[in-house]
Amino acid sequence: MTNLQLNKEGKLKHFLSIEGLSKESLTEILDTAESFSSMSEQRVKKVPLLRGKTIVILFFENSTRTRTTFELAATRLSADVLTMNISTSATSKGESLLDTIRNLEAMHVDMFVVRHAISGAGHFIAQNAAPHISVINAGDGQHAHPTQAMLDMFTIRQYKHDFKELKVAIIGDILHSRVARSQIQALNTLGTKEVRVIAPKTLLPAHVESLGVKAFNSIEEGLAGVDVIIMLRLQKERMTSALLPTEREYFKCFGLTEKRLKLAKSNAIVMHPGPINRGVEIESCIADGPQSVILQQVGNGIAVRMAIMSLTLQSNIEAL
Amino acid sequence: MTDTYFNIQALLTKLEIELNSIIQARGLNKPLMIGIHSGGAWIAEQLHQRLDIKEPLGLIDISFYRDDFSQIGMHPQVKPSQLPHHLEGRDIILIDDVFYTGRTIRAALNEIFDYGRPNQVVLGVLIERDGRQVPLQPDCTGCTVTMPAGQRIKLTGPSPLGIHIQSFSTEKIST
Repeated sequence: MTNLQLNKEGKLKHFLSIEGLSKESLTEILDTAESFSSMSEQRVKKVPLLRGKTIVILFFENSTRTRTTFELAATRLSADVLTMNISTSATSKGESLLDTIRNLEAMHVDMFVVRHAISGAGHFIAQNAAPHISVINAGDGQHAHPTQAMLDMFTIRQYKHDFKELKVAIIGDILHSRVARSQIQALNTLGTKEVRVIAPKTLLPAHVESLGVKAFNSIEEGLAGVDVIIMLRLQKERMTSALLPTEREYFKCFGLTEKRLKLAKSNAIVMHPGPINRGVEIESCIADGPQSVILQQVGNGIAVRMAIMSLTLQSNIEAL
Repeated sequence: MTDTYFNIQALLTKLEIELNSIIQARGLNKPLMIGIHSGGAWIAEQLHQRLDIKEPLGLIDISFYRDDFSQIGMHPQVKPSQLPHHLEGRDIILIDDVFYTGRTIRAALNEIFDYGRPNQVVLGVLIERDGRQVPLQPDCTGCTVTMPAGQRIKLTGPSPLGIHIQSFSTEKIST
């Protein structure tokens, strides 16, 4: 089966999910991002790499961090950026997704960065867009959020250097989390020693072990001896049945408290893709504490997205 | 093929003498030496020692500033540039191994100016060859050579440093 994400030469053309990408591809993204991260020290935080390219940021779902870091990443690469606010666009007048894409294509754009509530929206656009266009998935339904996973991998590598000896715990609403799915795939592809998921049974997908993780229903057991703790938000907007008694009850059983943090390794880092709900999944003093790298994640998001944008757009050189 | 015509130590000595006199003539104040990755950085390491420059050696990788992204794409393994945060008002000695089309120097100057506005920039290269495509030229050279367009000079290193002449058929000249 051909991988939609790669071109004929095996180069990254679209970035839709971690699934199907090799360790080498992921490492190339992380290495490229490392070069871009030093750019934040420059007086002029801009390189001319993508001058003349037009990137459309097409968000059918709300977002602050992802959208703004994509915009900054694109402008720092000197691309022209068009952010479509779907609530005020023709989509709300009943235009189909494909018609929206065709119209934007007619404006000679080079890339779509897409967030959509329906799983597979990015794949659909990649299959139907003109051949020179690259598509980046910025989150599709409950399926994947690969750029978030890559910036998390970048942050882990920054602090822990090598994945081989690491134990990583992902805690929270695994069932609804596209971030968790992409993180698990990336961690396993990069050769992480042990990936754990910790959640109440109602928030774990059936047969979660088949993703290559160890499942825990007790946060105390799951946190023992881990190097990296990734907290997830409760995605109440995606919960359609009574999966939890109350938020307070959830915090009591699965919230990250100072006492529980001590069960992990003393140099463990605490991560969260945001937005954080203080007092629901994480105690405020931990989110702001010395082991938290939550704000570093946000900053790293720019460098990682710059790397993914430039690597995917270079695959089109042959096609032009 | 390796060309024994080039004596690297002799070229370095000539470049060192020319740089020394331009440092005096132009009154370079606390000059900052910057080598262009990778060959230029190796040459700069040698000159940094020979000229006894006190400021730490800077390193620049111009891959993100090249003008050929739309023809040949990203360069693999781009090294982060190591430059002081502020180049504002500094006197800079920029070093590269081979001056050919001039495009590398154009890209390097653009990157340097993104860190700040230097007071002056002096360009030193080990070998200047013909084939210039932009109106730039080095201030100091180890030697100047004329070569057929289908040949290219490649520096290997860092130790030992070696100069090789390669023949190539592609038209994508970007040194």
